[in-house]
Amino acid sequence: MKPYFQEREKKMLVAAEQSKPSIKITDHIYAGNSANMRNGDTKIQVERFSFRYGANKVLKDVSLNVRAREVTSIIGPSGCGKSTLLRCFNRMNDLIAGTRADGNILIEGQDIYDPRVDVVELRKKVGMVFQKPNPFPKTIFDNIAYGLRINGIRQKSEIIQRVEQSLRDSALWEEVKDRLTDSGLSLSGGQQQRLCVARALAIQPEIVLMDEPASALDPIATAKLEELIVRLKEKYTIVIVTHNMQQAARISDKTAFLMQGEMVEFGVTKDIFTKPTKKITEEYITGRFG
Amino acid sequence: MIKILDRIFKYIGIGAVLLGLIVLAVLVLDVVRDGFPRLTWDFFTSYPSSKPEQAGILSAWVGTLWIMLTTAALTIPLGIGAAIYLEEYAPKNRWTDFIEINIANLAGVPSVVYGILGLGLFVRALHMDRSVLAGSCTLALLVLPIVILSTREALRAVPSSIREAAYAVGATRWQAISGQVLPAAFGNILTGIILAMSRAIGETAPLVTLGALTYIPFLPTPPVSVSPSFPYVNFSLKGLLDPFTVLPIQIFNWVSRPQKGFLICAAAGIIVLLIITLCLNGAAIYLRHKHQKNW
Repeated sequence: MKPYFQEREKKMLVAAEQSKPSIKITDHIYAGNSANMRNGDTKIQVERFSFRYGANKVLKDVSLNVRAREVTSIIGPSGCGKSTLLRCFNRMNDLIAGTRADGNILIEGQDIYDPRVDVVELRKKVGMVFQKPNPFPKTIFDNIAYGLRINGIRQKSEIIQRVEQSLRDSALWEEVKDRLTDSGLSLSGGQQQRLCVARALAIQPEIVLMDEPASALDPIATAKLEELIVRLKEKYTIVIVTHNMQQAARISDKTAFLMQGEMVEFGVTKDIFTKPTKKITEEYITGRFG
Repeated sequence: MIKILDRIFKYIGIGAVLLGLIVLAVLVLDVVRDGFPRLTWDFFTSYPSSKPEQAGILSAWVGTLWIMLTTAALTIPLGIGAAIYLEEYAPKNRWTDFIEINIANLAGVPSVVYGILGLGLFVRALHMDRSVLAGSCTLALLVLPIVILSTREALRAVPSSIREAAYAVGATRWQAISGQVLPAAFGNILTGIILAMSRAIGETAPLVTLGALTYIPFLPTPPVSVSPSFPYVNFSLKGLLDPFTVLPIQIFNWVSRPQKGFLICAAAGIIVLLIITLCLNGAAIYLRHKHQKNW
């Protein structure tokens, strides 16, 4: 591994180690303790994490620190493993047979690949927005209420209130408040994607993962979504995978550059884009390949 | 030259389609001409009789109704359950591949074989006799592979993005299936079930093998009956163990009689059966169109 990266990462790990609360594995690991997390505390800590589909190793010894209430973007050429990494944070890759994870991903100090971890609980805490808008083929209201209902919220008034709140949070309320019973599929692409954001926010996650959320959207819808992401950072920790380097530069605090499954460079977004330490990073962000 | 070949093939194609349609049309017309005048109220409310002009299909259509409802009640939960397991839960390995191939093969087994199985298993070994239950169990086995295959197809047609979306908000596997996947697949599942039922309704061979009677001058015990004293309304499933006949068997029986009058009865019975099948298939097509989704 590259020396610069190691040194930098080591510092971060040490810092993280010191601030890491000593959580024991209990049934209630995801019950909270996040509320007293300060901005900038380590939220997700990836330590020498490797991931393979069968014999194909797509992530190699990746290390990375995501801090609370920051936007961290992961960039890199197609097939570099950035989506795979993102989908490891809520163990969405479990749905694929024949995968194997080595190393650790700690969320608030808890190893999420520990066999005792309840994946369903993990996903309630780590929400996700996908590349292609994927609303349920149901009404706008039910798209959001579904997550609330399966999380045990039965009271109608509370469901209504939280549906409205999450639609407001995702800046969709004004556009859909008079047509909540229309199908989610009747919305435009950009609206569908914001509905998906609202759906993720409704169950009050702490981390929101976004997998190229704007790749299917036009520039105006993209601008709206970016605005939304920046606003969401006040409450949530956001990790976004993007193809669009300007987007990463615009919205993220930290940027990770991944190539062929390896972490090439990780740091403050401004530094990565203005004075990258690696030649290859510079070549990528200036568009010489990718 | 190639254009001529193209045209020739087009006419061959049209000819093939027309030939099938014409034969069908002639058959239907012939049946309707013979049987239509016989389609009176009495025809539906009379038992079979040795006099063709008094014979009716009361016991046959009631029997068909019994058999269909019982078959559906047996097939739907079993078929959907098996399909959900195979599609959503089962690991993909040799064992499930083996099961899959066998189900596909079972869908192609001649129905008379199911009749023999039903005779040996339900009628004799399980002592159900020639009852509604024995007939329904046999037909349920017959259409089960069809229901399983079509339900799996319907589940597979639900894009994985829907499942992922459900998992991403913290759904368990069953919550994802029951809350999102099944509702999204509902239309196609229903279509498959209706098509399976329309196959079952016309089946004669397995029920004949089973020994279903052709002359039944009574009905199975009704499931709901009213009595003048307490508890006034009685529910009973005794009818399941009563003997039965169904429309295709009644028709088969009439066709094999020498008297001309019975042939007319048979034609009328065929019209009834055709209309039922047509309605079922029409419903299936309608549902398929209605539930077509663009994800």
